[in-house]
Amino acid sequence: MSGSSNIVAMKKVVLQLRLEAGINRVKVSQAAADLQQFCLQHAQHDPLLTGMSTSNNPFRPQKVCSFL
Amino acid sequence: MVVCCCLGRTATWVSYQLKIHAQKYMRSPLIPEMATQEVQLNETLAHLKSESESLKSKLEEERAKLHDVELHQVAEKVEGLGQFVMKTRRTLKGHGNKVLCMDWCKDKRRIVSSSQDGKVIVWDAFTTNKEHAVTMPCTWVMACAYAPSGCAVACGGLDNKCSVYPLSLDKNENLAAKKKSVAMHTNYLSACSFTNSDMQILTSSGDGTCALWDVESGQLLQSFHGHAADVLCLDLAPSETGNTFVSGGCDKKANVWDMRSGQCIQSFETHESDINSVRYYPSGDAFASGSDDATCRLYDLRADREVAIYSKESIIFGVSSVDFSLSGRLLFGGYNDYTINVWDVLKGTRVSILFGHENRVSTLRVSPDGTAFSTGSWDHTLRIWA
Repeated sequence: MSGSSNIVAMKKVVLQLRLEAGINRVKVSQAAADLQQFCLQHAQHDPLLTGMSTSNNPFRPQKVCSFL
Repeated sequence: MVVCCCLGRTATWVSYQLKIHAQKYMRSPLIPEMATQEVQLNETLAHLKSESESLKSKLEEERAKLHDVELHQVAEKVEGLGQFVMKTRRTLKGHGNKVLCMDWCKDKRRIVSSSQDGKVIVWDAFTTNKEHAVTMPCTWVMACAYAPSGCAVACGGLDNKCSVYPLSLDKNENLAAKKKSVAMHTNYLSACSFTNSDMQILTSSGDGTCALWDVESGQLLQSFHGHAADVLCLDLAPSETGNTFVSGGCDKKANVWDMRSGQCIQSFETHESDINSVRYYPSGDAFASGSDDATCRLYDLRADREVAIYSKESIIFGVSSVDFSLSGRLLFGGYNDYTINVWDVLKGTRVSILFGHENRVSTLRVSPDGTAFSTGSWDHTLRIWA
């Protein structure tokens, strides 16, 4: 009967919600500080952020050699 | 914690009620008894519904308690970003129809792309040469991925399957002959990704599920149920952070899954429309999403909530694809209005808007070493930006 399968489905939803309600959370201020720290720590090694010089970036146009 | 005590007591009561009803149901029913059982089942269903409602609001309460500050407030003291000069450095032409998906090879120069016309092409992005081409037996190849070894590609779409093609060094060899069918879904394949090795593939589908497959045997290793509608995208957590992945779907939800148990461990529902793209932040502690509601959002996994929205009143077209720069400071979004918007992840502001494509941007990925990013578009081309 569809009645009992609805109950089974609802029970799954309730169990899932219990699981999600029970996890440990940190404050946004802490989480945000960590995200920021990661960004700043790795900023130097981010070519798209620092704008790699032409000679190092394989996709940017190389200086053309000309014969004198 | 108070929340857990209340839940524990309610759950015990619920399972007691279910046991009573199950016992009654086992006896051979007379008609009047069935009518009574019907009423009792409905009552239990109502109780469960109200419990789920109260759990949902408790969840919101718990999340709200920790919402003490906004990300952009924390980032106020961080130096602003300057002007960015990013241009199209290469244009890859060759697809006969809309480009739907692309992926970088770990060698940072090769790219695989797939198209509505059924073609899957492997390119050398430095030289723009085509190295391999395969014609799939279906149109709308919505997903493609490069194997970590660089020796194979996976793709699929309206054929409801994910197939793996080993790449041969012999240009004359017919790649289609060595094709291996790995995944089988009951609706279209929307995304696929190899895990840490060539041996396993993770897929998402219009049938509402994600699945993990063994490539060699084609065996289903784990399936992930929980989305209420088509799953459109997925992304694996960076390998250091363990065995999880995030998926986004037409039910507006982004779910984080444990790959070993198949369990959904966290769920986020703040978008107002389909989630087309999800991507982990490089540290693995957060992920970004792009949606048809024209916003990108950042969700922190440890705070268990959305921590930033990237939007502007002038941006009204959906986001098809998102990716982070190497440090996570920049978020690139490909939009249905043909543009790419570049966001400062910490401050929440837009730092650049890039033009070039002549139709929707459908896919966007930053290269493995972060020197460039690639976009694919409905204008049949791919562009490399740096």
